[in-house]
Amino acid sequence: MAKLKPAVSDYDQSLGDPSSKTVLVEFGDYQCPHCGHAHPLINRLLKERGDDFLFVFRNFPLQESHPQALMAAHAAEAAAKQGKFWEMHNLIFDRQKDLDESIYDEFAGELGLDAAQLRADMDSDDILEKVATDFESGIRSGVNGTPTFFINGVIAEYDTTYESLLRLIDGE
Amino acid sequence: MILQKGDVAPDFKLHATPDQKLALEELKGKNVILAFYPADWSPVCSDQMGLYNEMRSFFHKYNAEVIGISVDSKWCHLAFEENRKIKFPLLSDFEPKGEVSKLYGAYNETEGQSKRALFVIDEEGIIQWSYMAPDGINPGADGIVEALEEMKKKS
Repeated sequence: MAKLKPAVSDYDQSLGDPSSKTVLVEFGDYQCPHCGHAHPLINRLLKERGDDFLFVFRNFPLQESHPQALMAAHAAEAAAKQGKFWEMHNLIFDRQKDLDESIYDEFAGELGLDAAQLRADMDSDDILEKVATDFESGIRSGVNGTPTFFINGVIAEYDTTYESLLRLIDGE
Repeated sequence: MILQKGDVAPDFKLHATPDQKLALEELKGKNVILAFYPADWSPVCSDQMGLYNEMRSFFHKYNAEVIGISVDSKWCHLAFEENRKIKFPLLSDFEPKGEVSKLYGAYNETEGQSKRALFVIDEEGIIQWSYMAPDGINPGADGIVEALEEMKKKS
């Protein structure tokens, strides 16, 4: 059974209850339609059960099949520098079909971010390294497609339904 | 049973493109990840070959090249490579059908296609790790990377 490597840490983007013993990790790609499908399901889970688990998103951009995925990952991580990772994360998934290289100024405007700073951060070494580190962690953890979920460090069954995510949180 | 750690990797020479063949021997001095798989065109968007394609630069850190092998024809591979932008060789174990897959113990006689078997071969041509994935399960690359790490430690 594939195990999450390395374990969740402060380096990760997370949402929910940080002290929770239940930790759900998604390896996702912003241009992957299956991740786009999972995104509102995760948000519903956070809304309804957000006190019961910690959610972590790690980047697994498949650059060859999804040419916009890497830049989108850089944009989300760069937005984190201005305290708006999850806002950018949500916006990118909501506008998944519109992604292109020039859209991030518009996104910055919508989220009230400093667009020039966002652009600069998107190309910075630490943002590039964050996304590369996430990707490498996916390879080492046995990610075999996107999205791949891990519950409490073990690769999880997800069948594209909300119920399958609920079962993970409930430990069934 | 598939070939195991310590076995010499049998040499082969198969079509990599319609007008070019690739022999295992040509890759001496490199580590080789040999991935037998049932067929091109599996229906998911990030299938096993697509994933390894994304991981090529990571494998290069270990002086490793990945090669896919199935019984699909060279023309089928060409179309698949173009469609999925696959940038590593897909070899065609087409004639005699499945001959190389059989040499590695990775042929499914009932279905007439390769099994999903992975081999990590060192720079000397010796198998250092092998794994047979259950039917229908994309094995990812964690086992491959662990094997490459082990080999790096020893060298």
